[in-house]
Amino acid sequence: MSWYANRTIEQKRVVWAWTFLAVPLAFYVLVRFYPTLESFYVSLHSWRLIGERRWVGLDNYVRLATDPVFWKVFANTFIYLIVGTPLSIVLSFVVAYQLDRVRFMHGFIRALYFLPFLTTAAAMAWVWRWFYQPVPIGVINNALASLGIPQITFLASTTNALPAILATAIWHGLGFQVIIFMAGLRAIPTSYYEAARIDGVTDWTILREITIPLMRPTVIFLVVFSSIGYLRIFDQVYNMTTNDPGGPLDSTKPLVLLIYQTAFRSYELGYAAAQTVVLFVVLLAISLLQLRLMKDR
Amino acid sequence: MATARPLPAYLAGIRPGRIVAWTLLAIGGVLMVTPVFYMLMTSLKLPHEVYQLTLIPREPTLENYFYVLKDGRFMRWFMNSLLIATIVTLSNVFFDSLVGYVLAKFTFRGRYVVFLAILSTLMIPTEMLVIPWYMMSAAFGWLDTTWGIMFPGVMTAFGTFLMKQFFETVPDDFLDAARIDGQGEFAIWWTIAMPLVTPALSALAIFVFLGNWTAFLWPLIVTTSPNLYTLPVGLTTFSVEQQIDWELIMTGASLATIPTLLIFLIFQRYIIRGVVLAGLKG
Repeated sequence: MSWYANRTIEQKRVVWAWTFLAVPLAFYVLVRFYPTLESFYVSLHSWRLIGERRWVGLDNYVRLATDPVFWKVFANTFIYLIVGTPLSIVLSFVVAYQLDRVRFMHGFIRALYFLPFLTTAAAMAWVWRWFYQPVPIGVINNALASLGIPQITFLASTTNALPAILATAIWHGLGFQVIIFMAGLRAIPTSYYEAARIDGVTDWTILREITIPLMRPTVIFLVVFSSIGYLRIFDQVYNMTTNDPGGPLDSTKPLVLLIYQTAFRSYELGYAAAQTVVLFVVLLAISLLQLRLMKDR
Repeated sequence: MATARPLPAYLAGIRPGRIVAWTLLAIGGVLMVTPVFYMLMTSLKLPHEVYQLTLIPREPTLENYFYVLKDGRFMRWFMNSLLIATIVTLSNVFFDSLVGYVLAKFTFRGRYVVFLAILSTLMIPTEMLVIPWYMMSAAFGWLDTTWGIMFPGVMTAFGTFLMKQFFETVPDDFLDAARIDGQGEFAIWWTIAMPLVTPALSALAIFVFLGNWTAFLWPLIVTTSPNLYTLPVGLTTFSVEQQIDWELIMTGASLATIPTLLIFLIFQRYIIRGVVLAGLKG
């Protein structure tokens, strides 16, 4: 105690800083950094849950590269990402841009768009799954039938199932994007618009020349945020295809579902760890791209 | 955010284009809530009405809720989710703000390194950590326990970063004045700094609670006994069992959704503001 009592105020504050940080730092080391390194390490082993870990070097990665299922899954994940991100960004921007100019029932309409974001994806996946069922069960096909339009096979089709699942993911995330876009729009000073107006510029030109360029940081943030979301899609796919997770014929299976099955259904932990490393590398690339884009601003 | 800012004069006159835009926007909004509304309405329907296209039940009934809640599993899962989400939220509010405060308001060697180290964990996806977490839980006997579900989330880099941003706006004078009065460092943080950042705290709490209430992958991995399931995991197993009784699945899904909807209806303004704060600053 006398040691502490003899310190200056500044030195005492340093002691306090490290005291406050002790438990959190232990947490970050044990629950974030160590597991990250362990994932890399385990990915170099052949290891079934029960039994010995055997060092196999890069064998798991070689196996990944030659595994047609992995490439199928990689392609699926890429489709979720490359279709989901731009589509949801454009949709939410259009909604936000229009909603920003609406005063009548503004708060109410905004709430309608935002509400799905607060639902549980796993629960709503079942609602959508019901909607997508064939006649006489599914709501969409029943509605089509009552209009005399032929049925659409959604979740049982290898071509339609992925878009059908992706639609629910876009639906779920749209409200968040709208809210963030609206905040971005609000941050643009009205004087810019007024100046443009005095110059007699059309709405369309204002949108192209003022609004969109000034929204660049918001767009980059949302592109990265939603890319990461689509890259990690799991809840919807798992719940909408429980009979044959990722099916039919792996046509909807994303990377995270493959990781889940490899690790916790086949118990091939080493191979699954190698798959997580691939996910990590892709995410890292996206994050670095974001930093790069932000800098160019 | 809460109220629309007055439109500039040039937009004040209502033009036909605006009416069309408003109508389309309103239709889009209605379509957005249709799945949620349809789910709630179907949970009030009798089996023979479920596959008719009518939205509003002709004979509304709570029969499905009685049936689903009868065996007590849903209550159990509901309580598990509530407990886990609440504890993890409190833990984040405490630790994330403590760390954020230290990083914002203390000067010491290594501060920047600590900050970067914590920030860098944002780049690590949860999915990469589930296998080591599983091994760790197995080693410590945390598999299939409530603590096992909670431990990965008790602190987040996102929350720490958010809180650091906000504590930086707190003037040093306030804290120094308390220091001269002889208050301890912990008391200064808790009684002086914390009340000054309540908007950020509520934003953090909303995000963490929602994230844990809806969390699916890790609870699915770490739990095996139905007693410990969280609501989303329990709902999945329940729905797989029911498969054909869609009105029961809709009832279960409603039970998972109603709490967050109620919270939203009550605190709409704060939640939207919080989401913006967390999204833009975090």
